[in-house]
Amino acid sequence: MAGGAASGGSAASDTYAKARHWLLLPSWVVVGIFVLAPVLMMMVYSFLTKEFRGGVIWEFSLSAYDQFFFDRGLFGDEPAKIDWTYIAIFWRSIWQAGAATILSLLIGFPTAYFIATRPEKNRAIWVFLITIPYWVNLLIRTVSMKFLLRDQGPLNDFLVNIGLIDTPLHIINTNLAVQLGLFYSYLPFMVLPIYASVERYNFALSEAAADLYATKWVTLRRILLPAVKPGVIAGCILVFVPSLGAFLAPDLLGGAKNFMIGSLIEEQFKGNAGNWPFGAAISMILLTMVLTILLIYARQQRQAEDLS
Amino acid sequence: MSAKTDVKTFFGFKGITLLCLVILYAPLIVVTLYSFNASKSITVWEGLSFHWYLDVFVGPESAKFKQAALNSFVIAIVAATLSTAIATAAATAIVRGGKFRLRTASLGLISLPLMVPEIVTAVATLIFFNSIGFTRGFLTILVAHTAFCIPFAYLPIQARMQGIEDTYEQAAMDLYATKTQAFRRVLLPLMMPGIVSGFLLAFIVSLDDFIITNFVKGAGVETLPTAIFGSVKQGLKPNIMAISTMLLAVSIMMVTISYFVSKSDNTK
Amino acid sequence: MTDASQIAVDVRDAVKRYGDFTALQKISLSIRDNEFFTLLGPSGCGKTTLLRMIAGFEDVSEGGIFLYGEEIENLPPHQRPVNTVFQNYALFPHMTILDNVGFGLEMRGASKSEARRRAGEMLDLVQLSQFASRKPAQLSGGQQQRVALARALAPSPKVLLLDEPLSALDLKLRKAMQIELKHIQRETGITFIFVTHDQEEALTMSDRIAVMSAGRMQQLGAPQDIYEAPRNMFVADFIGETNLLEVSVDAIEAGRATCHLGGGHELTCNAVDEVKRGARVHMSIRPERLFLSEHPTESESLKGTIVENIFIGTDITTIIDLAEGPNFTVRTSNSDRGTKRIFEPGAQAYVNMEHGAARLLVD
Repeated sequence: MAGGAASGGSAASDTYAKARHWLLLPSWVVVGIFVLAPVLMMMVYSFLTKEFRGGVIWEFSLSAYDQFFFDRGLFGDEPAKIDWTYIAIFWRSIWQAGAATILSLLIGFPTAYFIATRPEKNRAIWVFLITIPYWVNLLIRTVSMKFLLRDQGPLNDFLVNIGLIDTPLHIINTNLAVQLGLFYSYLPFMVLPIYASVERYNFALSEAAADLYATKWVTLRRILLPAVKPGVIAGCILVFVPSLGAFLAPDLLGGAKNFMIGSLIEEQFKGNAGNWPFGAAISMILLTMVLTILLIYARQQRQAEDLS
Repeated sequence: MSAKTDVKTFFGFKGITLLCLVILYAPLIVVTLYSFNASKSITVWEGLSFHWYLDVFVGPESAKFKQAALNSFVIAIVAATLSTAIATAAATAIVRGGKFRLRTASLGLISLPLMVPEIVTAVATLIFFNSIGFTRGFLTILVAHTAFCIPFAYLPIQARMQGIEDTYEQAAMDLYATKTQAFRRVLLPLMMPGIVSGFLLAFIVSLDDFIITNFVKGAGVETLPTAIFGSVKQGLKPNIMAISTMLLAVSIMMVTISYFVSKSDNTK
Repeated sequence: MTDASQIAVDVRDAVKRYGDFTALQKISLSIRDNEFFTLLGPSGCGKTTLLRMIAGFEDVSEGGIFLYGEEIENLPPHQRPVNTVFQNYALFPHMTILDNVGFGLEMRGASKSEARRRAGEMLDLVQLSQFASRKPAQLSGGQQQRVALARALAPSPKVLLLDEPLSALDLKLRKAMQIELKHIQRETGITFIFVTHDQEEALTMSDRIAVMSAGRMQQLGAPQDIYEAPRNMFVADFIGETNLLEVSVDAIEAGRATCHLGGGHELTCNAVDEVKRGARVHMSIRPERLFLSEHPTESESLKGTIVENIFIGTDITTIIDLAEGPNFTVRTSNSDRGTKRIFEPGAQAYVNMEHGAARLLVD
């Protein structure tokens, strides 16, 4: 559920200027205490020493980050050697989220484009159809996916029955299952921003290109795509960022071998095997990655705005 | 216009769109169908039956699911109400408060829950409640949901409010209404569609949430998603499909209401 | 009715600044009771800002505003007994027409039924009673306009402010509304302050006009004075069409100034105190106060060549080029065609002016 910062618009209406601080106070208090302060607290925890039965000892330590990047052997005093275990999990998460994003783009772009070029009165109903699944509980959608993709599940039954395959495909508990699950979870996030930018696109530009001897595909690539790029980038971020930290799809569809960041974090806070500072450190690394992506995006947006 | 001369139409896009809809709906339809399966096994179809719906309400796990459903709905209603009220006040300050130094910072703060990955918010909230010695349970879920839902309630309200020209309040004040009267009599009714959308969105987000709830719920307190997850972890059973189908119906009902509210206009 | 010479709104040295930008520079004006007063100027001239300062939507940076002698610039809008007709009407879209019109009365403490009764009367006045239970979106632009007027008049304000209320209407409706507004103003006896950028509208409706530009008042006077005796180049150019000529004043004698137009052409006109001998200034001559003839006439005549005739419906505009001098635009009414000759392009003719047509401008 990542999104850019909500823009307040440029309107400078000031009817309630005198009350503005009072009106904002509840949101400052609630979000400040229950979201911002916890994130700061988490940062502190990532630099503390682990307590074996969950929780922390208030003693400064870098061991959580050390554990993430390095292997110091059994007794912790050997020369540091890069430990690829956790980095590999991050790498797999990036790869899975990237694959899901590309899949969403391949399906989402034509869909968004098709909807945006329907007669105006029909567009709302198409958008409505695309958004309904987003409103359905993510857990239920993921469970449905799990049910559908099983070895003896309806999808395999169907494919065998129509004679496309002889033996059921093994999809569940593979990387592909996770990618499909992520794709399914966040597909509407790809369609909606692209739809919004194609809808704003002035098709007279395409006609002008066609008039100047450009073929349809050249027009699409050279004229339309540059114009709707902001929507495409927004869609990619809206799919990639939540996929990166996803928990349900990898956990329910991927099985033990296809661990992603979300499961790794969750494991640190469950039961006695947990390591809170380590979990906090992994969360900090994930948060830093996500905020970096959003920051770069915001900066490019601002530059694009300045240019236009 | 023929396909040859129409610069807008691309071959295959319609097919992909239909494929997209199939992908989005097929899993939901399949689960709905199988929730009416008479068989004890989820693999074999043995004919139509309401057996699993009955099981949800009177079966061995019914008490657990009823309590979880009650928790889920109470939390969703309270969290959505609180976050909508907070968001309405915040949107009024941001959209009608003029330019001020804390405006951008406030917007950033309000949208923080959208920018921080959900699992990170979950971890942070758990750590926070733990470090202040707050016992995890119903109340921690409620508080976490209220904070998390604020941006979801906020966005439709802000969008609606930006569409309302400030001359309406000015006209009201010109006609001897105080600022409070202008807000209550003119601005609030005009904002209503946005407020209802914001509330419904916050409600769904709260009802939907698994990750944060899972971290802050503590032992013994379950919401529907955590109860379903726990059950699915032990294997897919048909009663889960029945529950899923009912939740699905609730979601679709909500989104339909939201659709008509956003289309409806109290100005006609 | 109060004494006609009483001052309704008195603006004293009002200044409006937005940060470093000064939107209004020391405006002073007195609007009389029962007057139809117009603030006229191009967009960005500060006319709407001034109106909003009177209504109470903008702070006054410096100076004061008085309403029938009472200082009001620090009162919030809901405590000022003035009402506004907004540019886009700002009818409350969620209320019925009747509730819209009754809103002000209700806010002033009238009971709901009393407010409705009075609102009904106001709707009668603007002939919209049959639409009382409709919502604003169901009315046409002209009807909404009248509802906005009824709503602003319902609480019997001391002064009615109108912010370009006719600009959203089409031409025909606008003309009809101009007459109706003027009529209602006379009937109610309420002071109207009307803001517009349309000079024709201002000339048609107003008792007095203040012409504004760049945050300053350029000229204040009755429509006829402003049209016929513009004080400066801005007013001459903004109001109506005119021939603006750059001239040098060669001599001033007995209240008459002899001006050189270039190319050896000379004209005499009434001298103005501010313009001294030898000055290079502008002169304004309205095209309808010029006429063409084959031979020189008793009035001042200048010889030239016809360049072009442009037919514009009621009139014909002719452009005549004075050898080595300026071009003149001459307007001939089509109703004069019997008496005045139309010259073909290329023909030689004399351009003549009525006495007092040429005016020297101060700046």
